[in-house]
Amino acid sequence: MKEKTSAQDKLYKVFIYVVLATLAILILVPVAWVFMASVKENSEFYGNPWALPAGLHFQNFAEAWTQARMGDYMLSSVIVTALALAILLVVALPAAYVLSRFNFRGRKFFSTCFMGGLFINVNYIVVPIFLMLVDGDKFLKSIFGTGFLLNNLVVLALVYAATALPFTIYLLSGYFATLPHDYEEAAYIDGAGYGLTMVKIIFPMAKPSIITIILFNFLSFWNEYIIAMTLLTDPNGTRTLPVGLMGLTQAQQSAAQYGRLYAGLVLVMLPTLILYICVQKKLTQGMTLGGLKG
Amino acid sequence: MLTAAFSAETKDICWTRAFCNKLKGDEHVEKGKGRKWFIFFCAAPAIILFTIFMVLPTLNVFRMSLFRRSAYSPNEEFVGFENFAKLFADTNFIRSMQNTILLIVVVTIVTFAFALVFAGILSREKIRGQNFFRVIFYIPNILSVVVISAIFSAIYDTNNGMLNSFLSLFSPEKVAIMWKGESLVMTSLIVAMVWQAIGYYMVMYMASMASVPESLYESASLDGAGRVTQFFKITIPLIWTNIRTTLTFFIISTINMAFLFVKAMTSGGPNGASEVALSYMYKQAYTNSSYGYGMAIGALIFIFSFALSAVVNKVTERDTLEF
Repeated sequence: MKEKTSAQDKLYKVFIYVVLATLAILILVPVAWVFMASVKENSEFYGNPWALPAGLHFQNFAEAWTQARMGDYMLSSVIVTALALAILLVVALPAAYVLSRFNFRGRKFFSTCFMGGLFINVNYIVVPIFLMLVDGDKFLKSIFGTGFLLNNLVVLALVYAATALPFTIYLLSGYFATLPHDYEEAAYIDGAGYGLTMVKIIFPMAKPSIITIILFNFLSFWNEYIIAMTLLTDPNGTRTLPVGLMGLTQAQQSAAQYGRLYAGLVLVMLPTLILYICVQKKLTQGMTLGGLKG
Repeated sequence: MLTAAFSAETKDICWTRAFCNKLKGDEHVEKGKGRKWFIFFCAAPAIILFTIFMVLPTLNVFRMSLFRRSAYSPNEEFVGFENFAKLFADTNFIRSMQNTILLIVVVTIVTFAFALVFAGILSREKIRGQNFFRVIFYIPNILSVVVISAIFSAIYDTNNGMLNSFLSLFSPEKVAIMWKGESLVMTSLIVAMVWQAIGYYMVMYMASMASVPESLYESASLDGAGRVTQFFKITIPLIWTNIRTTLTFFIISTINMAFLFVKAMTSGGPNGASEVALSYMYKQAYTNSSYGYGMAIGALIFIFSFALSAVVNKVTERDTLEF
């Protein structure tokens, strides 16, 4: 009897490993395939897709970088992501602190508003934002002769930061609310003002939450493409990496430039993958800490 | 006079009663004056940014749905519910709604079934390389939808795609299935969406399953309950609250993810076979510049998603189990 169950157990274990390995392969293989395809020569794409590359054709990356302008787009992506993260932290940290630890009139109202913001997805409001900027540009044109709201990386970063506010404030407030007030009292008695207390005492303690926020928002800003596509309208102007990649996908359908498409894919994926490998533990833990993100 | 101002201000700074008493007679209370300004400067930027880029656009979705505005008639003209009336006669819209509902139902069920079972296995069994699997399964979640769409386009390609050439190994002739053709495009989309979502929910459930006390499983096995029984009678009921919240969020997120995938992978084609509600909204509002009509679609889906979440939330209501 006992032997039978252990034999069954073994079979069950083997079965589990097979299923898990299959799923892991299904996830890893397509990603690895892109890396392999990125060093193939264009002619190789007409043969068996599973064939190993004949040689390391790094020319693809050079072509993607210069001719497909992925280099420029990379720069825009870096600027927008960094700027949006900076704005987000500067704006969200004090707001979350005040909303979670001070009693003032309107506090409850604003907290509820930000909570409600969690349910508003940017996909619904991207067109109104676009129209608002179009109208703003028209207005600016009538006064200054030029509009600068569309095709502007700073405005894009502002929109990113604004749409990330509800989640960020929600997560930070949750953390700030758990801190005992003794910290502020001690700082106050030592003669520190509100600002100093916040910056020197409270923010350093929130470091783990801040790192989580940077991680999640980095991923969402870097990967975002709907807002970027809508607000950066100039076909010859600047774009972010994912939007540039979409252009490459469409170009590939007509001109069959496979090599540079997959090189472009690698360029978009690599930063997130490297970051993920460095901080994967933090990320999967942070997810449960922060609750849900749709 | 001074005392009056004093007490008003001290009340503001007092976080606790003990501290309040300490402060009485403290000259530093003067600082309380800066308090209002401090709160203002801290909260104002966030509130302004949030109002300009989230509150106003959201209100605009609903307002504009009652107006007619397009590239050719840039001045808004109030038309009441005309846009909505047009919607229900628009077969393209009805098809996109059907596709959306199909995706919500199928993607939700498949993702949840897989994520729960895998999380159950990975958190219950002593699996070597458990962390390795967890790291791998989460990878799709960190990739841009554009990247995933490009990868799946390479998989689904009719002539030189990974899938067709893999299938050709088992067949005497070359397989040339049109995975993104009209009849299969929704299935292909579902596979891509499930591929993307499984890892995230799995990691989430693993975290909540870790909090189920081991003793429950021990006593259950003493009573002769097998793995499957344990899974359905212990694990699922105990993490039900978590499942319920994720389910509600998942519905909202599927509507959005479907848009991202369709936009990057199929652009709604071929012949609108893979159009979903939000991609149709974007097409009308942005590409066709029928802003009012597009916003009517947006408003309708907005309400639809909330109603659906509320219904799901109600239907899945159970008594919370304590452990």
